[in-house]
Amino acid sequence: MFDILRIYFSYPFVQYAMIVGVLIALSSSLLGVSLVLKRFSFIGDGLSHVAFGAMAIATVLDVANDTAVVLPITIFAAILLLRTGQNAKLKGDSVIAMISVGALAFGYLFLNIFSKSANLTGDVCSTLFGSTAILTLSKTDVWLCILMSVLVMLIFTIFYHRIFAVTFDETFAQATGMKTNRYNLLIAVVTASVIVLAMKLVGSLLISALIIFPALSAMRVLKSFRAVIIASAVIAVVCSSVGILLSILASTPVGATIVCMNIAVFAVFSLMEYIMERR
Amino acid sequence: MAQLLCRDVVLGYEGIPVVKDLNFEVQQGDYLCVVGENGSGKSTLIKALLGLKVPMSGNIRMGDGLEADGIGYLPQQTIVQKDFPASVQEIVLSGCLNRCGWHPFYRVQEKKMAQENMEKLGILHLAKSCYRDLSGGQQQRVLLARALCATKYMLLLDEPVSGLDPVAMQEMYDLLERLNKEEKITIIMVSHDIHAAVHYADHILHISEHPLFFGTKEDYVKSNVGKAYLSVTGGGFHV
Repeated sequence: MFDILRIYFSYPFVQYAMIVGVLIALSSSLLGVSLVLKRFSFIGDGLSHVAFGAMAIATVLDVANDTAVVLPITIFAAILLLRTGQNAKLKGDSVIAMISVGALAFGYLFLNIFSKSANLTGDVCSTLFGSTAILTLSKTDVWLCILMSVLVMLIFTIFYHRIFAVTFDETFAQATGMKTNRYNLLIAVVTASVIVLAMKLVGSLLISALIIFPALSAMRVLKSFRAVIIASAVIAVVCSSVGILLSILASTPVGATIVCMNIAVFAVFSLMEYIMERR
Repeated sequence: MAQLLCRDVVLGYEGIPVVKDLNFEVQQGDYLCVVGENGSGKSTLIKALLGLKVPMSGNIRMGDGLEADGIGYLPQQTIVQKDFPASVQEIVLSGCLNRCGWHPFYRVQEKKMAQENMEKLGILHLAKSCYRDLSGGQQQRVLLARALCATKYMLLLDEPVSGLDPVAMQEMYDLLERLNKEEKITIIMVSHDIHAAVHYADHILHISEHPLFFGTKEDYVKSNVGKAYLSVTGGGFHV
């Protein structure tokens, strides 16, 4: 088994996949804690569908660097979603649902009408489930990903206490003079960026899992915000690296394998919570 | 100069006034209870005092060193907080954020302050406990300690006893009275509990569309508004 792995890891594309996979999982898990607690679990889902729609446009237009198209559109959608969450003519959850299915339908329709690709179903499937994209990463992708992750971690460290305050009690934070809208905007922009990066790894349908599962698992058993953040980062890193290794050994789809690892960890932590409460 | 002064304040949403002609003032060390029916504009008033809402007309002025972001606010609990994984210490410390300025982390003085306030409210032994595992009364104490970290002068409390059992409710009232008497912290409390209000407070503001009454509680009890409201809501505390 180790021999097989050693052979695989001598290929640069496998190393790239591993680096990118771990970093993306780490970044999304950090954001996830705040999003889950603010009841924004679905924002990841909504935004990833928007990213899919944007990806469709980029594919059809044959843009060389599709991130340049997908990233701005997704960030714009993120800001829009958080805005509507506050003034409530249309409620937050229905707006997310609308934008999410709307973008999905639009993207698929667009691809169907305009695409020159011979293997349309294959293209769509890999955008949705990420299947092979992770193995075709370029060096630029890897560097971009490293840069983004470092940025996310830096932002998270510097604003850690403020993110906590905004997450726990936005009104209080606002009342004590914090510009909470700025922090919400920051969270939205970073979430959008992470999602665009993560699409390459697990595909747009499974991104939510990377965001919510580590946080939810950590919240089962841990009792302080700091501990939950650290634990969810550790869970995310372990799940994604084990998931990538398993997918290489068993030749299963990368994204789905990582998500299943996360589900397994969630089950274990839920059981631990149950046992701790019984005692 | 009064610590807080409201002159001809009109508050409302999208051009429609909710409450008009608000005139009242609060001196340092006062204990003011704001009473009134649901929808009478109590929470709108709170937002305006915190500087989160601009009055449609009139003005709200602060003095004696008080500023809008220096009011210690105790909000009603949200659903989000009920299952929030945070330790008591983390929450109390977050009240110190407005003292940190651009500093990203808490310094020794903020940690000390959080420590002192936890001690003052008798929750120091819970510092490492998880917020969601505490009883309702303990949770309110945690939020009160956080509010104390944010202020030296004034506490603004939004229905601080709603949802508490009678014992915890009594403890909360005693605690507030102590902070008011011993620490000379001004208290403004929005409450449904009119009988506790006339028992503990020294001033009453009764609002509906127009403010019905502002003055000392002794005058309130004798006023027609006060008599009517007190009799409708049945017995309770006596002055």
